[in-house]
Amino acid sequence: MAKALLSLSAAQLSERIRNKEIRITDVLDAVFETIQKREQELGAFITVDEKGAREQGDALQRRLDVGEDPGPLCGVPMAIKDNICVKGLPTTCGSRMLKEFVPTYDAEVIKRLREAGAIFIGKTNMDEFGMGSYGETSFFGACKNPLDLTKVAGGSSAGSAAAVAAGEAFLALGSDTGGSVRTPAAFCGIVGFKPSYGAVSRRGLVAYASSMDQIGPMAKNVEDAALLLQVIAGEDPMDATSRGLKESVWPIQNRCDLSGIRIGIPSGWLQDQLSGGMRQNLEQAAAALRDLGAAVETFDLGYEDLAVAAYYTIADAQCSSNLARFDGMKYGYRTQDPAASSDLHRMLKQSRSEGFGREVKRRIMLGGFVLSEGYYEAYYLRALKVCRLIREAFTRAFEHYDLLLGPVSGDVAPPLGASFLDNLKMYESDCYTVPANLAGLCALSLPFGANENGLPYGIQLLGDTGCEKGLLEVAALLEAAALPDGYQQAAYGEKGGDLNGECL
Amino acid sequence: MANVYETVIGLEVHVELSTKTKIFCGCSTAFGGKPNTRVCPVCSGMPGTLPVFNEAVLDHAISLGLATHSEIAKEVLFDRKNYFYPDNPQNYQISQLYHPICQNGYVEIRTGEETQAPLVKRIRIHDIHMEEDAGKLFHDEDGRTSLVDFNRSGVPLLEIVSEPDLAGAEEVKAYLEELRTIIRYLGISDCKLQEGSMRADVNLSIRPLGQKELGTRTEMKNLNSFRAITHAIEAESVRQKEILEGGGEVIMETRRWDEEKGTSFSMRSKEDTRDYRYFPEPDLPPVTVSKERIERLERSLPEMRPEKIERFVKEYGLPVKDVLNLTKEREFAQLFEDAAGLCKNPKKVSNWLLTDTLRLMRERGVDADKLRFSPAHLADLVNLTTAGRINSTVASAVFEKLFEEDIDPVAYVRSMGLEIVTDDKKLRESVLKILSENKEAVADYQAGKQKAIGFLVGQTMKAEGGKADPNLVRKLLVECLEELA
Repeated sequence: MAKALLSLSAAQLSERIRNKEIRITDVLDAVFETIQKREQELGAFITVDEKGAREQGDALQRRLDVGEDPGPLCGVPMAIKDNICVKGLPTTCGSRMLKEFVPTYDAEVIKRLREAGAIFIGKTNMDEFGMGSYGETSFFGACKNPLDLTKVAGGSSAGSAAAVAAGEAFLALGSDTGGSVRTPAAFCGIVGFKPSYGAVSRRGLVAYASSMDQIGPMAKNVEDAALLLQVIAGEDPMDATSRGLKESVWPIQNRCDLSGIRIGIPSGWLQDQLSGGMRQNLEQAAAALRDLGAAVETFDLGYEDLAVAAYYTIADAQCSSNLARFDGMKYGYRTQDPAASSDLHRMLKQSRSEGFGREVKRRIMLGGFVLSEGYYEAYYLRALKVCRLIREAFTRAFEHYDLLLGPVSGDVAPPLGASFLDNLKMYESDCYTVPANLAGLCALSLPFGANENGLPYGIQLLGDTGCEKGLLEVAALLEAAALPDGYQQAAYGEKGGDLNGECL
Repeated sequence: MANVYETVIGLEVHVELSTKTKIFCGCSTAFGGKPNTRVCPVCSGMPGTLPVFNEAVLDHAISLGLATHSEIAKEVLFDRKNYFYPDNPQNYQISQLYHPICQNGYVEIRTGEETQAPLVKRIRIHDIHMEEDAGKLFHDEDGRTSLVDFNRSGVPLLEIVSEPDLAGAEEVKAYLEELRTIIRYLGISDCKLQEGSMRADVNLSIRPLGQKELGTRTEMKNLNSFRAITHAIEAESVRQKEILEGGGEVIMETRRWDEEKGTSFSMRSKEDTRDYRYFPEPDLPPVTVSKERIERLERSLPEMRPEKIERFVKEYGLPVKDVLNLTKEREFAQLFEDAAGLCKNPKKVSNWLLTDTLRLMRERGVDADKLRFSPAHLADLVNLTTAGRINSTVASAVFEKLFEEDIDPVAYVRSMGLEIVTDDKKLRESVLKILSENKEAVADYQAGKQKAIGFLVGQTMKAEGGKADPNLVRKLLVECLEELA
């Protein structure tokens, strides 16, 4: 029964709960049993809140039992990335700095999820403050890939991807500043969606790089991602950069084919970094899209080689300022060194030196440098200019193409620890994901094929700002075409039980 | 031979705006309050919070820009100023460096108003920009503990940066007073130096008279009163002169004024100047400043002081000196106009305001915007005196009641029986009684001592409780004395 339950999608689960075919407590039993079984080896969660989840579940069940409808995500157990504030639960950002920090308010997305009936089962592991592509820079230890424990889960929303892939949660929230939803989704074989900048409120998301941060859904399939996006998206008066969705994305409109749809593949993304397997799968995805009636071709986007440099300049600069508030003064980690207690600057320096990890400190220092007098024009302003050029290149591209297609990453999930050997290589591996953030586009990571060891490849579909609806429709069709390969279901729990075959 | 130096001063003035709520959140801006009671996750810098711009601040900034003849930017853009200090919960301040809301304005100051040749001088304003205030630190006596109160954190500020156009303490004072008048006329801040709602940093350098290039400047902070500003300017000019005359060089630095000691000391020098690492604020998208908004604000600008001065002189025929005093505060000028319009006697109204009112305001520490009496009651009082129904002594006493309680003077005079006694017959009886009681004085008068009449007038007035018309008393006394003779 538990296994069958866990193989349901979130949409199916909530429907059955609302139809009273399934009781929430049974769902939570199954989820916490899985967590019990797998968490030790995975490290997907920083905080598991079974007590809170049970209380939420009981309250929802009572409402259901008296005939109320608590909302479209009623009873769906969700994992929340640990940089999104949930009132009363620790929000550590994967950092020693915020190890003890408990926010006093709910993020806007959490408010919306509560109103939709979702249940928060815990906060997930992540690269410290979102800084990392592989899920290995957390103060609480690396998060492992549930498909192969010797591989990374991908970052920075590592725990959210791993939790969904391992059946510890039905849905998860991640955040994506330069690929942090899409990369772990690709490595763990689930769907990750980065909405257009402004589609989802950032209020309550601990900022990394304000002009690129977006909260995004992580789900077992495209439909669930669309459902979750529909719930969390919307203009928020408390986030001046929020715009909401242009069009409703759920339920997904079923298309029979993709005739008339034009899809472009930036040729710059097919260069040396791409592994043979990834290239092959990308070609298969293109072929599948063509089979569905779409016109797919490669084209010259331009500036592909500048995206990573521009991204890290802008992100590091903004993070150096956004993370300045963590000074051990008001909350968070403060050095225990008695020598620092009588000297303000020593206290500040030491608290930050001890509270932040290596990668965070590296980025803060780089960011401080590119903003400092005499370098601001040469680095930060120039990076903003490149960002504008990239945005313009995409604008031109979307005059010809409805969507763009590319890889999420050059290859499948790499082995644990490899990123620490070559930092720059890790940065460079973000070259396919950062352009969407620089340009404010929406982009989806879809599992498509796997290598000989069963590790999934992620392909990426990109839509222009505000074009969530069309992107999700195409992704849903492509997902159905990818299914026969069959790696997906393996990714989130073994098949079995009486509900087998009904999912997806 | 010693050089003659001139002092060159530019001012950075911070004004706390009197909007209801803070610049980037919904907390109250009220002054004081129990520490950390007017705070929320945004203005205390909690993780995940975002600023939302309070556009009332923009309206205030544009109004000041228009009143100071500035160019108004087409877009509102903010920048982050990064520095670590515990009174600043985010360790950055949202301000405007690259695109201030107002630029290239000016104000005109008058100096030497009391002399024969007052001077009007134009002080250029480099820019006016919007930013957020920081919290307040309280340091324990033991020197080991400091506490921070974030009530002030996020209170909106306008920073008004002048060009180095000011030549000394007198001009600085005139400039600050003019700025304060403009801002109070606009009603956008109460501009209190003591409460810190107006703060001025003085950038000062000196140079030999005739030299074009500016000398090295210092920035003086912690100036909490006009007196402190005057003292600091004088002391700093002398300090820099002594350095130059001694063959030394002035160091570019920030200094802190200690009014008690009458001296300043160095806070930080150029070598450790902070690099604020400014960059465009990514959490606040640009706000377009529409033509309609500027036009609406232009239309709602009140008549400013220079125009008012001109009009009062023309319309009411009052001396310039009086008009300057009547128009210092907008509320005061309004009180004058309303009362003068009702009683049609501007001169008398002006006299009441510039003598008794100012005196009582000074004595009781009442500000012009806190005056309680209505212009109609002041007009009634003027009418009572011009109709000869009360004498000036009674009028002064009635005015004091008016000032304190806004009594209706007509009703008050009637109920207290304060009207001038004009009944000849009754007064004649009283005079005769006084004469019979003061034989000595009568004899003196009749012996040619004219002074005695004064004594008799006083005695009669006293007997009448001060309500009689002293001129009438004198007339009756003379008549009766002649009858007795």
